[in-house]
Amino acid sequence: MLRSGVIAKKVGMTRLFMEDGKQVPVTVLQLDGLQVVGTRTADRDGYTAVQLGAGEAKAKRVSKPMRGHFAVAKVAPKRKLVEFRVAPENLINVGEEITADHYFAGQFVDVSGTSIGKGFAGAMKRHNFGGLRASHGVSISHRAHGSTGQCQDPGKVFKGKKMAGHMGAARVTTQNLQVVRTDADRGLIMVKGAVPGSKGGWVTIKDAVKKPFPENAILPAALKSAADEARRLAEEAAAQAAAEEEAAAKAAAEEAAAAEEAALKEAEADIAADKKDDEA
Amino acid sequence: MNLIAQLEAEQVAELGKDIPDFKAGDTIRVGYKVTEGTRTRVQNYEGVCISRKNGSGIAGSFTVRKISFGEGVERVFPLHSTNIESITVVRRGQVRRAKLYYLRDRRGKSARIAEKTNYKPKADAADANA
Repeated sequence: MLRSGVIAKKVGMTRLFMEDGKQVPVTVLQLDGLQVVGTRTADRDGYTAVQLGAGEAKAKRVSKPMRGHFAVAKVAPKRKLVEFRVAPENLINVGEEITADHYFAGQFVDVSGTSIGKGFAGAMKRHNFGGLRASHGVSISHRAHGSTGQCQDPGKVFKGKKMAGHMGAARVTTQNLQVVRTDADRGLIMVKGAVPGSKGGWVTIKDAVKKPFPENAILPAALKSAADEARRLAEEAAAQAAAEEEAAAKAAAEEAAAAEEAALKEAEADIAADKKDDEA
Repeated sequence: MNLIAQLEAEQVAELGKDIPDFKAGDTIRVGYKVTEGTRTRVQNYEGVCISRKNGSGIAGSFTVRKISFGEGVERVFPLHSTNIESITVVRRGQVRRAKLYYLRDRRGKSARIAEKTNYKPKADAADANA
């Protein structure tokens, strides 16, 4: 059932007021020209996946090999490329565009992104250590991490000891975020709560792994071509219905006209008969 | 206008709240929907607006302070909350601060606010009403 995720750009956060008086904090994520750039198949690559591209890149800023890759797929150069593992039946044709209807309001998703970098951070900020006391003889080391181990035995600091160091700018996944609203026209997906990374950063959205797969999810994906096809069919059906209605109206009008004419003739005949009677 | 501002403006328009022109120092009455079990009713809360925060956009809020049974009570309302039925300005106050937190330390006579006698409605608000 594994289906493709999407690449989105984090636009920012806002709030939504619901009918029942609740307000929901949402992160707005935007799909920007999300297209399938390549596929991986079991025969050729040993696994099945789709490679999606998003954003818009200037052709002259794209390396020649990548330009060739985009040319093979017949898509405009993309800013961000990500592979998503999918089940073999959920492979998507190269060049297809995915819309925001891929997710529906109420479903749960996992969002991954690169968290905001914090630089070299102390143990208190990085690992939520408590620090040392403010008084009682502590000098200059109020925010220090304290002891890092035992004594001569073992005589070393164990590997993986939580200490100060670089924090942030790492890949982070936030699980089980609820989709509150989607807007296919503008390519917007609004999820409840915060998402890793800064505004303008790229994130990937996938169906939540810790929730059952939603039954009414669109397989293999919500494609723009399918939406266009559906719209075209709907328009055709509407046009056909309108034509039929028009034809029916025309027929009814003709019938009415014929009836009127007949009535007129009858009346004329009556008048003529009356005249004849008068003459006689 | 960036996308977030656009979305917020759309939501403000969609909610279609009629928010009067008021600021800190004004005495206002807020009709707030209260749900008790299954039925809802509107509860009025009247007091002095002591602060307005985050402008008049979707994130805006205001604080109303009143003295209830000798005890100071403050409530913060989101400006565009769907739970707010109405906001009416009872009295316009003459103050020289945007935030009237100093009222928390005062009682009785010293906590009074002079009435503004020369209030003029905002030009755009008047246009909207005309």
